[in-house]
Amino acid sequence: MSTETVLEPQDFYVRQAAHDDGEHHHETGTMLGFWIYLMSDCLIFGTLFATYAVLGRNYAAGPSPADLFELDMILLSTFMLLFSSITYGFSVLRMDKGDLRGTLLWLVVTGLFGLAFLGLEILEFSHLWHIGATPMASAFLSSFFTLVGTHGLHVTAGCIWLVVLLVQLGRHGLTHENKRRMMCLSMFWHFLDLIWIGVFSFVYLAGVLV
Amino acid sequence: MSASSNTSLEHGEGHGEGGHGSFRTYMIGFGLSVVLTIIPFWLVMNDVLDDRLLTVAIVFILGAGQMIVHIYFFLHMNSRAEEGWLAMSLSFTVLLVVIVLSGSIWVMFHLDENMMPSHDQIERVKALP
Repeated sequence: MSTETVLEPQDFYVRQAAHDDGEHHHETGTMLGFWIYLMSDCLIFGTLFATYAVLGRNYAAGPSPADLFELDMILLSTFMLLFSSITYGFSVLRMDKGDLRGTLLWLVVTGLFGLAFLGLEILEFSHLWHIGATPMASAFLSSFFTLVGTHGLHVTAGCIWLVVLLVQLGRHGLTHENKRRMMCLSMFWHFLDLIWIGVFSFVYLAGVLV
Repeated sequence: MSASSNTSLEHGEGHGEGGHGSFRTYMIGFGLSVVLTIIPFWLVMNDVLDDRLLTVAIVFILGAGQMIVHIYFFLHMNSRAEEGWLAMSLSFTVLLVVIVLSGSIWVMFHLDENMMPSHDQIERVKALP
């Protein structure tokens, strides 16, 4: 095993045999790069939150948050996202144990919770649209749909990524590359849950109160 | 199950700190998140406190607390991960977000104040010679 590792040419492409001992040292570049991507995404959401903070009180004689938001539905979708976070964590733990079936199973559960969250959000948006609370109605609703919609698009992208990862795991198993992809999507997924905390605190709860 | 968890425990320790976490840390993070989610929703949905500003402050503080819980228990971030670069980039991002948020709110609040003439301001202008 060790002689093979020595003979292996050292290049950018990390091979299967070369990482058994020092897995984390090879991942450093990718994980740090992905983290910096998440931080730039965080800045996007920061500006959208600032937009909402500035425009969120301009109702233009239209409906206010207290008229529109149904907090029990928001609580439900919050828990959908929180459950999907913990099931992704279980998936990562199964991956650490080398259990492919468990990893796939928990990933599917994560995807279902993510889809449930998206379904609730689509329901909410279509309901708002039907009662005339469209983004065109007021500056408050424009900024609301932009902020929450951007988060929803991120979750959609995460779900598509999750399906792609399921296919990759199914075809190649728990290879080093797939483990790295698992950890990147893990960061992305937990990050989306983190942004949602800001959304439900700042937009929904504080919006209904003030 | 128990046999495999034994081997994985050793494996997990070998991974070193700041790795993928363990069942325990995930469950602690999940429990804290549930509590920190339910309290603000309970406060707002049942109108527990009379003081609305106080409620908003509590909601924000608990939200920030839950974000820290997520960063530590789910994203496995700590001051040593990736030789401190994660913490460095995170604190820089937080600084920028705070500047953007507080700056926008501050500037636009003053703009609104000065653009919307109040009644006595209008009267004062009318009374000018």
